[in-house]
Amino acid sequence: MPRRAVLESYFHMAKSIAELEDIAKRVRRDIVEMITAAKSGHPGGSLSAVEIVVELYFNHMRIDPANPKWVDRDRFILSKGHAAPVLYSVMAERGYADTPKDKLNTLRQFGSVFQGHPDMRFIPSLEASTGSLGQGLSLGLGMALGARLDGRPSRFFVMLGDGEIQEGQIWEAAMAAPFHKADNLVAIVDNNRIQLDGFVADIMAIDPVAEKWRQFGWHTLEIAGNDFAAVQGALAEAAATKGKPTCIVAHTIKGKGVSFMENNPKFHGVAPTQDELKLALQELN
Amino acid sequence: MPAKTKFEIKMGASTREAFGRTLVELGRENKDVVVVDADLSKSTMTTYFAKEFPERFFSCGIAEANMVGVGAGLAMVGKIPFVASFSVFVMNKGFEQMRIGAAYGRSNLKVVGTHSGITIGEDGPSQMSIEEISLACSLAGFVVLAPADENSTKALVRAAAAYDGPVFIRCGRPKAPVVYGTDQKFEIGKSVEVAAGRDITLIANGLLVAQALLAADLLDAEGVSARVIDMHTVKPLDRDAISRAASETGAIVVAEEHLVDGGLGVRVAQAVAETNPCAMEFVGIHNRYAESGNPDEMLEKYGLAARDIAAAARKVLGRKR
Repeated sequence: MPRRAVLESYFHMAKSIAELEDIAKRVRRDIVEMITAAKSGHPGGSLSAVEIVVELYFNHMRIDPANPKWVDRDRFILSKGHAAPVLYSVMAERGYADTPKDKLNTLRQFGSVFQGHPDMRFIPSLEASTGSLGQGLSLGLGMALGARLDGRPSRFFVMLGDGEIQEGQIWEAAMAAPFHKADNLVAIVDNNRIQLDGFVADIMAIDPVAEKWRQFGWHTLEIAGNDFAAVQGALAEAAATKGKPTCIVAHTIKGKGVSFMENNPKFHGVAPTQDELKLALQELN
Repeated sequence: MPAKTKFEIKMGASTREAFGRTLVELGRENKDVVVVDADLSKSTMTTYFAKEFPERFFSCGIAEANMVGVGAGLAMVGKIPFVASFSVFVMNKGFEQMRIGAAYGRSNLKVVGTHSGITIGEDGPSQMSIEEISLACSLAGFVVLAPADENSTKALVRAAAAYDGPVFIRCGRPKAPVVYGTDQKFEIGKSVEVAAGRDITLIANGLLVAQALLAADLLDAEGVSARVIDMHTVKPLDRDAISRAASETGAIVVAEEHLVDGGLGVRVAQAVAETNPCAMEFVGIHNRYAESGNPDEMLEKYGLAARDIAAAARKVLGRKR
């Protein structure tokens, strides 16, 4: 890709916070609509992650949707793959050809590219097929090490669920990334405090989350993860951090934006009914 | 095809040693070849690569799941990663990561398991891998290789590096009897007929190819002409050679240093059933774990030696139609 095109694409991306808020609202509407249409899926953890994924795809990452395999691009791995709807919606909004916006409501249906969990066989612009928790950070670390070896500028962003970090492999990777000084790797914990069976603190307590990452050698930040300004600040700090990877513990609200889904464990993995969808869309207007 | 001469055991390098040496050659030829390790480089012999290419050698510590995931990630940015550990660790602790990162994720990952089977000897069953062929073959899209000796390992490791897709290679700890000269050609998915024969076919891989050749000599002394096939690629299987063996010799013994459940034998039997059904017998480990001891003692006690293969051949010849 010519350098000029890269720059144009980059500047095209720059959005004001008001514009980002608008995109976030559309994405939230997409999420509840497509999960309702699918009659199954994970609304809570999709809604909690909206600001982070929107900021990454619309402002922060060096990407070119028209050239999704551009070798020097930044990459995003949704390790908490059950939040696929937020990623599908953001990629559709961002204009990737293999995530057609008018097909979002085919989520989870036979023949749809929008598989229940992200699947590169159907959407080649995805950076990893995920869904089995605990694995994304290792993949991101491998990619980061490979890119660094080739002297590429790419940076790698891995979104983890707070429940997901109960998986042991996460801590194997958490140990390895600072050891390899992978400063082109950013882990983002969507710390929404709820997992399938209930509150994380009641299923397997993981606090203090930030302190754990810090002790493993990561430059660690804690932010309000549903606040664009906070997300932008944290990503900028990660970009400026050299010699070690950054972990952003993003305190988010499960089900954010829909009052009856917020902080409600029921909506980790249950689709809204048609009536609930109506209510949700009213709130998201 | 060699003429029928008596097979004599002449020890060559171990298959893990051949793997380690070949990896260095590949590293010199292609800067995209990288290695990910989990604290066993001195045993898997990736240490040679680590010494020559420290910047392309990524230590993960004793953490096989992460090692496999990191390897898959390296493949996703265009590298040709080899991850290596004892078979028992990389396959059992890295299986999920191979499934998601390499099989389902279709990445160009090369997984090498050394210290396979029960001939690792003294370390005992916790270190012995007798399940990994079954597990590797259950990963959709994987190529699964089990070379017999030094020269075949060199050739197959090269073939694996050149192949675009996930590969598992099974290597062993002890020195391996020499089966091949340096001029033998190897191709993924194409077996090698190492001895011609017309009455029965002995199909083996890994260290049991040499035992099968010795068994063929025992049978020859009894007037039985045994074909011996090295099925170094367990997946995809050389169905043509199997079908031909079934129709031309009418009896097959499969021998492997692995549980009979889900290993080479089961896969060959499936191919036989689908092409030319014939009488078969299976030499392998039956529903148990082994113990400490030297490789020869292990092969003898657990029924994997040449005499066991010959006994299975006599049995199946009795049932041959």
